[in-house]
Amino acid sequence: MSKRDLVGVISLLILVGFLGLGAASMREFGVVDRAYMDDYIISHSQDEVGANNAVTSVVFDYRGFDTLGEATVLFAAVVGVIVIFRREVHE
Amino acid sequence: MSEMSKIVRSISNLLLPFILIYGFYIILHGHLTPGGGFQGGAVVASGLIMVLVAYGSERFASWVKEKHLSILESVGALGFISLAFLGLSTAFFYNFLAGKGGLFGDIPPEGSNPGALNTAGTLPLMNLAVGLKVIAGLASIVLVMGLASHYFRQEEKNDT
Repeated sequence: MSKRDLVGVISLLILVGFLGLGAASMREFGVVDRAYMDDYIISHSQDEVGANNAVTSVVFDYRGFDTLGEATVLFAAVVGVIVIFRREVHE
Repeated sequence: MSEMSKIVRSISNLLLPFILIYGFYIILHGHLTPGGGFQGGAVVASGLIMVLVAYGSERFASWVKEKHLSILESVGALGFISLAFLGLSTAFFYNFLAGKGGLFGDIPPEGSNPGALNTAGTLPLMNLAVGLKVIAGLASIVLVMGLASHYFRQEEKNDT
């Protein structure tokens, strides 16, 4: 076994170990813990934002930055497609 | 892309208004029902793309010019970012219209209720801006691809 293989095996063991640790210490299915944010948004979105749709109030108000990034990603996608498919000018 | 048969074109003519109405309904009711700017914009853009596929990209490009799509995209992006900046006296993306009683300023009753359109502050305006942006973006992606395939095929014909 070469040095390279040894490093690979050790890093794989560390990765699997951490994944197993994470899976073992996961909360039980259906049990919600650390739901402060959810509870806050569910109970406050109607009187703070005034929107019946709590999801939209999160997307456009509480996390407006996220939507700005999404719009930028869409713009970047359009620009990329146009750059790829632009007609080349033959001289 | 060349145009498809008369049957496909007639059916797409028939369906287009309903798809557009449904898409704009999803955009404008984004703060009341599931959906919003992105989803409704995708519905409207898919209606436009249906017309593009039925009639071919060259005829579609003679109706919907690059200028129109560019204006839609710019209005959407600038409207969204300026709405975000208008709340800057408190914070970036602050909802400065909510609860003020004016435009979109009503507060709905607590709990489940039928929902009123004149609520949620800047959310409907932002939904509209993002919706216009998504319509222009998706339509221009498919339009550019269609036109490019048309021109590439023509160039291949010229070469041989």
